[in-house]
Amino acid sequence: MLNGIPSLETKKLGLWYGHFQALRDISVAVPRNQIMAIIGPSGCGKSSLLRCFNRMNELILGSRVEGEVLFDGANIYAPGVDPSEIRYRIGMVFQKPNPFPKSVYDNVAFGPRVNGFAGNLDEIVERALVRAALWDEVKDQLRKSAMQLSGGQQQRLCIARALALEPEVILMDEPCSALDPVATLKIEDLMRSLVQDYTIVIVTHNMQQAARVSDMTAFLMMAEDRAGVLVEYGPTSQVFTTPKDSRTEDYITGRFG
Amino acid sequence: MARDTSFHRRLMVRRLKGGLAGSLFFLAILSGILVLIVLLADVLIDGIGWLDWQFITSYPSRRPESAGILAALAGTIWIMALTGLFSFPIGVGTAIYLEEYAADSRLRRFIQTNISNLAGVPSIVYGLLGLGLFVQFLAMGRSILAGALTMTLMSLPVVIISAQEAIRSVPEAHHRGAYALGATRWQVVRHIVLPGALPGILTGTILSMSRAIGEAAPLIAISALVYMTFLPVSPLDRFTVLPIQIFDWVSRPQENFQGLAAAGIIVLLVVLLTMNAIAIFLRNHYQKSVEE
Repeated sequence: MLNGIPSLETKKLGLWYGHFQALRDISVAVPRNQIMAIIGPSGCGKSSLLRCFNRMNELILGSRVEGEVLFDGANIYAPGVDPSEIRYRIGMVFQKPNPFPKSVYDNVAFGPRVNGFAGNLDEIVERALVRAALWDEVKDQLRKSAMQLSGGQQQRLCIARALALEPEVILMDEPCSALDPVATLKIEDLMRSLVQDYTIVIVTHNMQQAARVSDMTAFLMMAEDRAGVLVEYGPTSQVFTTPKDSRTEDYITGRFG
Repeated sequence: MARDTSFHRRLMVRRLKGGLAGSLFFLAILSGILVLIVLLADVLIDGIGWLDWQFITSYPSRRPESAGILAALAGTIWIMALTGLFSFPIGVGTAIYLEEYAADSRLRRFIQTNISNLAGVPSIVYGLLGLGLFVQFLAMGRSILAGALTMTLMSLPVVIISAQEAIRSVPEAHHRGAYALGATRWQVVRHIVLPGALPGILTGTILSMSRAIGEAAPLIAISALVYMTFLPVSPLDRFTVLPIQIFDWVSRPQENFQGLAAAGIIVLLVVLLTMNAIAIFLRNHYQKSVEE
């Protein structure tokens, strides 16, 4: 029944931090089981847009959203919608790996626990770690502190932590920017395998990464008043080979940004 | 190579200045430590002869040979236990509210400024407040309860400020990570903020207790006893504490009482060091459980 409508969609989305407009008039649709990459120069509002998808912007004082963000066709900013429910169904992975100072097991079990999951936690934890391609590396040390893992392992742990809630969408905010090339490739492979079951939105600075992993690409830029605006949105192959807007071409070919 | 000689001359001057600065700093720390050593040695020499089991287990007496510190020691322990019991939850609760719940309003900044100022108010002022509020207005009398509440008022600003600092040291990234998993604000506080801040909170609380333990002024203001020959058995009993007992002995002319005072100071120091040791132990213990 949901197959016809996009997993996530923004309609004339605007975002304000106090008197500063950070995003203006953004309309994009993320198709189900695809990866959408958000690219653009620093400060253009890529991460802000990503945070609109799970209402994380609300943690920033004085932020305000206008327009709509539809998740399976329903506006997540409608009155009466609890942000905890949205974040339960839409997972997020951050730029810097941020495991909690707890054991590997407790990190993965955190989401199910706070959301009142009553079933077999061991099973959930194992499944999430397997899915995040980390199980083989940590299965004998689930009680070890997550802080002792390598950077790449920590980021996969954070992905496992998000997967443990079996979300429908995963948002990733430059998930590889703090990782070395080998760890980056692992995460990219993982994303390609995850997209069979999930819808993924990724913010990235890395043009090659966007070209390698994403199906759709949204290119954002700063307008005169420093608000982020959508310049171009389309299938990645088209955006990267035959961009419609000359600014997209300039950015992709490295002429600015 | 004129440039080289002038460079080397200047380099020597620079090194000399550096050495001089280092020696001055060493002198600064030396003067502090020397004074402390002299004080400790003086107290130990005067008091060690009086310090025995009889001293610990006896009530004060007109005759120095049979005088002891039991009532004051019991009173200090009572006051500390109750002060900790009151100031820990109130202080930590206030800190959590200010850091995690309160919006950044003018009211919040006003409260924050006042807390900082209250930390600098002389302790005798708290004593007078306690006398007016707890002893007289709330009719608690000159009881342990009134004394502990007065000490709570005095300790609270420091407990709050150190708890706030501990809470602020929990990385924002951990907050965000927990929120992104659907945690509510209380769950973030309970499972992320408190475990991370606990070592700092405990250290701050115990250190402010140690400060309170040596305070005589606020309790003199609410008239704790100086001559007490029974053990308090309930929070509504009258009491005395170590610093008051020591103060009483010091102010007597006979030399034997000076010895008693020194012995009392040793007991006070032991209680104090024990509490600091507990603080360090707790901090290390919880820090380890957080980092492992």
